[in-house]
Amino acid sequence: MKYFARRLFHALLLLLAVSIFSFAILQLTPGDFFAPLGLNPQISSRTIAGLRSQYGLDRPLPVRYGHWLVDLLKGDLGQSFAYNSPVTPLLAVRARNTLLLTGTAMLLAWLIAIPLGMWSAVHRGKWGDRAAGVMTSALLAVPDLVSFLVLLLVAVRTGWFPAGGMVSSSFGDLSRWNKMKDLAEHLFLPALGLAIATLPTMLRHVRSAMIEVLEAPFIQAARAHGIAERRVLFRYALPVAANPLISLFGFSVGTMLSASLLVEVILSWPGIGPLLVDAIMAKDVYLVIGAVMLSSLFLVAGNLLADVLLFAADPRIRVE
Amino acid sequence: MKTGPKSGANRAEPLLRVASLSKRYVQQRTFSRTEFTVNAFQDVDLELFRGKTVALVGESSAGKSSLARCLALLERPDSGKIEMEGENLLALNRKALFWIRRRVQMIFQEPVSALNPRLTACEIIAEPLAIQGEGTQLQRRERVLQLMEQVGLDAKWERKLPFEFSGGQRQRLAIARALSLKPSVLILDEALSNLDAPNQALILELLGQLQVSHSLAYLHISHDLRLISQFADEVAVMYGGRIVESKKTHDLFAAPEHSYTKELLATVHSVESILLARSA
Amino acid sequence: MKRQKKLVGALVLLAAFSSLLLFAGFFAPYDFAAQDREQPFASPTTLHFVDPQGNVHIRPCVRNLENSGPSARPAAADSGYCFPVHFFVRGTPYKIAGLFISAVHLFGVEAPSRIFLMGSDAYGRDQLSRFLFGGQISMLAGLIAAIFSMSIGIIVGGISGFYGGWVDELLMRGGELFLALPWLYLLFAVRAALPLHISQWEVFLLLVSVMGMIGWARPARLIRGVVLSAKQRNYVVAARGFGASDVYLFRRHVLPQTYGVVITQMTLLIPLYVLAEVTLTFLGLGVGEPMPSWGSLLSSLQQYYVLSSYWWMFLPALLLIPLFLVFYTAADALQEIHKTVTL
Repeated sequence: MKYFARRLFHALLLLLAVSIFSFAILQLTPGDFFAPLGLNPQISSRTIAGLRSQYGLDRPLPVRYGHWLVDLLKGDLGQSFAYNSPVTPLLAVRARNTLLLTGTAMLLAWLIAIPLGMWSAVHRGKWGDRAAGVMTSALLAVPDLVSFLVLLLVAVRTGWFPAGGMVSSSFGDLSRWNKMKDLAEHLFLPALGLAIATLPTMLRHVRSAMIEVLEAPFIQAARAHGIAERRVLFRYALPVAANPLISLFGFSVGTMLSASLLVEVILSWPGIGPLLVDAIMAKDVYLVIGAVMLSSLFLVAGNLLADVLLFAADPRIRVE
Repeated sequence: MKTGPKSGANRAEPLLRVASLSKRYVQQRTFSRTEFTVNAFQDVDLELFRGKTVALVGESSAGKSSLARCLALLERPDSGKIEMEGENLLALNRKALFWIRRRVQMIFQEPVSALNPRLTACEIIAEPLAIQGEGTQLQRRERVLQLMEQVGLDAKWERKLPFEFSGGQRQRLAIARALSLKPSVLILDEALSNLDAPNQALILELLGQLQVSHSLAYLHISHDLRLISQFADEVAVMYGGRIVESKKTHDLFAAPEHSYTKELLATVHSVESILLARSA
Repeated sequence: MKRQKKLVGALVLLAAFSSLLLFAGFFAPYDFAAQDREQPFASPTTLHFVDPQGNVHIRPCVRNLENSGPSARPAAADSGYCFPVHFFVRGTPYKIAGLFISAVHLFGVEAPSRIFLMGSDAYGRDQLSRFLFGGQISMLAGLIAAIFSMSIGIIVGGISGFYGGWVDELLMRGGELFLALPWLYLLFAVRAALPLHISQWEVFLLLVSVMGMIGWARPARLIRGVVLSAKQRNYVVAARGFGASDVYLFRRHVLPQTYGVVITQMTLLIPLYVLAEVTLTFLGLGVGEPMPSWGSLLSSLQQYYVLSSYWWMFLPALLLIPLFLVFYTAADALQEIHKTVTL
């Protein structure tokens, strides 16, 4: 348990540092949300100043940070200027959507990567592995941006899948089953895109992890004992390979989050991504910080989860 | 423990005298309270004389290497003195230490890691001279060729890279490098252990010659008692971080006092024949 | 060795592409900002080798106003004349590497005809020219950001590995901070800090610095590893025994060990940063008009009608694929070579 307490503490410290960092960065430059209003001659500078003080933008930085932190503990992430509403509910909805998307994509990617990687490792060097390798390299070379655009193109041209959004406008009227179908239709392309974006690296890592394990002496010993190959693979090799793979999982959360931002914007999936982009354009400070913090939270949580899984999977760590 | 033979008054002064040297390693995890203390060595007394070899034997913990590094001024002990010609080397400031360094040099166990694989033989041997600012580039190269000759390396090989040399030749390179600054003391940390038997013999021979021609004092750390019996004048036995016994080689082999020494010797075959060979 | 051949091949291709970009002005028939409002979304120009009279020529020619897309107007001036494509023509002046001025273009056609080998965009700007000039910006951004990142990585990793102790802890924890954020989010957050309306070059420089500052953590960690292991080598210890200073040790013995890692990382970092710039600009947060960038070339694709009707707008995206393929091939080959060299 001490292990987790330490990890948790470490994670919280990290998040705190991230928040300070984001806050500081955002305040470093001149101009804030209300600055564009100054360009309008009809709005007096007094009005602007009044607005500023109403939203607390005129107070010194540490004070604002302090207030923000205190509010954070109450679950309040501040106020969005552009939407004129509190940040937390805005983010909550978007966060749910992003999680849904990334979760699905993760599942999809791993469901392909693990079997394919294992198969590649086992049939290493043969044409099947080589073909998979070539395809992986090819896929790796395609920038995420391009693959997402391709998916969008597919949607627009073929009409098989909706080209954006999370649900159709008639969502509320649909039966329960149709609701799920509708959601799935909208979810498919973005999730596929995300999966494609992260698949090549994952596949490579699974393959190399399996290869490394399969070359270990204890596997040779198991084979020499006459244990069936399939059993060797799943009962002996995979659990040991699980170690680096779980670490990979923690790591892949980060890359997937980064990619999710892009796919959400391009395929109009209402997640944190598009919200963040708009907020940045508008210099909607608290919204930006909230979004950044949230994504950090996901990333850190992902790593923590990986740690938990590692702990459960690897008896050696428990002994430490 | 007092060392040194109890012979007559015309005995030379020790070149290097070590008194009550101790070193501890403290490991502490940052942000945590737990500390481990490991005693590397404690209360070590040693004397090295010109033209004489002191062998240091003991278990394979970090104590011997650590001691060697302290004597070579590569690490600092926690307490004690290292005296050379009356001066305590540990009390010197950095600048003075810089000049003293040339007096004590070290030969490492592993010939591979001791030489930078990207530098040519000439660059490797000349490096100490370059660092200490001795002579012009031309003069340094001259010296390198001289040194290579002294250690039995063909001067034609000055441009070769370390991997092109054999293990024994690499040690010769290392020795040449160590000699470049004309040291008075050479510390050999298991310098023969990674070589095969014929090479060991060759290098030993070279070391013997150099010791005579340059009046060098050697501290030779080794675990090979048979080899030690051939070249050492004195043997110091280290156990549990302390020197438990220190005598002239013949005396040690003939009449070991400490239990650990006895254990060590028991592993050596035909002690008798060694004694016979030495007393001849 | 097969690996070396791969590497050399990849490097040759990269060099060729870079010279193409360096002399973008020469290879591009038009300036990146030259608009032709009468030819919006023109499809790629067909090159004819047979003129309207039925004669076959070696020199290709271009029909006038044949290529107007949806805004097609009857080709009033189309008298069946085919404008020949001339080579080494004089056109709009341009700068090479910002220093030399020239006005010679590889090919071109006489006005009022246009040669849009990759079609034109909403303002009638030649996509090929924009691709080449945009490449200058995007690749340059990637290169500079990568160099910047790598330099910080070397310094931080070097100090961290060399001195260890609390400095090491501090620096590595700091690095973790940067790694804890999904990099795109971090990039955006920092971009948010930049004022949106400043001069293009300032935007470019700021953008590049920001990108560089974000990505130092991973190279730093790798360099630190190399430095740590190099520091403990006996030849470093021996050199210390000769009285070498820390600076000397670092410069002479430790740093050369990092070259392998540096080069391999650079081949991975450059495409990453190029992509970062392209993504930022694509979303409107990068370099702004009129500075061309591959990102701005692609940004119009976000509109459905562009995506579905004007296929040639997709070409820049497709052209990026082989470029990155070459980069990754080089990186792979380097990694393999590096692995065998450092036993």
